Amino acid sequence: MDKIIEGKKITVNEEGFLKDFSEWDKSVAEAIAAEEEIVLTPRHWEVLEYLQEQHKSEVALSIRRIGKSGVLDIKEFYQLFPKAPLKTATKIAGIPKPASCI
Amino acid sequence: MKNLVILGAGTAGTMMANHLIRHLKHPEWNIAIIDEKEEHHYQPGYLFLPFDIYSPKDIIKTIEEFIPKGVQLIKQKIDLILPKENQIRLADGTDIQYDILIIATGAKIAPEETEGMQGEEWQKSVFDFYSFEGALALRDKLREWKGGKMVVHITEMPIKCPVAPLEFAFLADSFFKHKHMRDQVEITYVTPLSGAFTKPKATDALEHLLHDKNIRIESDFAIERVDNENKKIIDYGGREIAFDLLVTVPTNKGDELIGRSGMGDDLNYVPTHKATLQAKEYSNIFVLGDASDIPASKAGSVAHFESEILTGNILHFINKEPLTEEFDGHANCFIETGNGKALLVDFNYTHEPVEGSFPFAGIGPLSLLKESRMNHMGKLAFRWIYWNVLLKGTHIPFVSATMSEKGRNYEEITEH
Repeated sequence: MDKIIEGKKITVNEEGFLKDFSEWDKSVAEAIAAEEEIVLTPRHWEVLEYLQEQHKSEVALSIRRIGKSGVLDIKEFYQLFPKAPLKTATKIAGIPKPASCI
Repeated sequence: MKNLVILGAGTAGTMMANHLIRHLKHPEWNIAIIDEKEEHHYQPGYLFLPFDIYSPKDIIKTIEEFIPKGVQLIKQKIDLILPKENQIRLADGTDIQYDILIIATGAKIAPEETEGMQGEEWQKSVFDFYSFEGALALRDKLREWKGGKMVVHITEMPIKCPVAPLEFAFLADSFFKHKHMRDQVEITYVTPLSGAFTKPKATDALEHLLHDKNIRIESDFAIERVDNENKKIIDYGGREIAFDLLVTVPTNKGDELIGRSGMGDDLNYVPTHKATLQAKEYSNIFVLGDASDIPASKAGSVAHFESEILTGNILHFINKEPLTEEFDGHANCFIETGNGKALLVDFNYTHEPVEGSFPFAGIGPLSLLKESRMNHMGKLAFRWIYWNVLLKGTHIPFVSATMSEKGRNYEEITEH
């Protein structure tokens, strides 16, 4: 599925997750965040960068691990990305939806 | 003489003992298996205890009867694994030296991880069915319960047998119908996932069934605490769900032994190579079944498929040959859907469960992802297979350790 963000063509899956991280940039993140009705603040960006780093070092992401990360607690994670924070935040960060095991 | 030591005489450890005794003989090798328990429980049977479908005697046997002759059974609590010294320290202070270690210590519930879960209402209106005691307490409750809001809830993933909570909801629907009180019970299925299951294709089929059975689903719910006073579960976002009877699957964790020995991740699972089953940090340690952190289902069927591949790899390791990277995450589960029917799903790391027939392409007799009576018979027959075939490490005819793709329309899972 293709999507045009700021005149750039982006490929996403049926849930709206980017298929190729090299297509991600800050304007893409802002556009996806806007669809989720989130305005990105500097604190959001810190969390998104943290998630991207974790993904790069192949750490499986889970709500529990984020709560214990020291970067932010789960309450704040929900305040920043309401409803389903892990799903929403990874989508905005341009990384795959965590498999959260089977 | 060399020593191969297996920790844990549950499904995975017992199967390995039975496999390895055929290959590693005295006097060159001694195989020991260590477990403090007396009883071997058929854990899939816990699902049926609360509904009086199985009774305790159906699911309990002794550990001894499944340990093959020639394997030394040591019934003691394990104090520590000392991987750098290649030693196991028992609770009585004895040290056991090993050349090869297999960790099969499993996973269990940890309700203490969630605030309020073990509060005043624990085993009054808050129950689990992943432990024998929990399943029995819930049976007693269901025998006399007059109805109200039943909430079936998963705390967080991963859990053993990820389909069991769904089966519980389906069986509950059927149970209350038979008691002519279904209209008195509101069933809600609450999950931290964004749908009924982790794999999209199966999720569609299962959500359809939930809908048909009038079971409401609440997804993306990450519980923060149980409010005992007001009988509610509350998530980190402030969402509240009221219950009269909460049937929860608490956080699952690996054995405390793994944590004590400093060998686990944050949930006490041992970091393990997902294709070879070798521990990531120690080449002479292998991890089987629920104890590992591999991204496969925590289920007996997975341990069974793993055990066939691990047997080969242990022999490769002994012969100083390269390990085969063969394990594909193959899982095969019956899903009870109530009213004498069941679904069957077959999937692995990269392939989703889909429709088709099993184990023979185009013939069956079991059908994948479709409700049928034959599948239900398969699930009930499985208890016999478990005691008589699976634990003994006998290969199940026509069912291979890696997944067959014949006769099914697979869609590759592209991201993970």
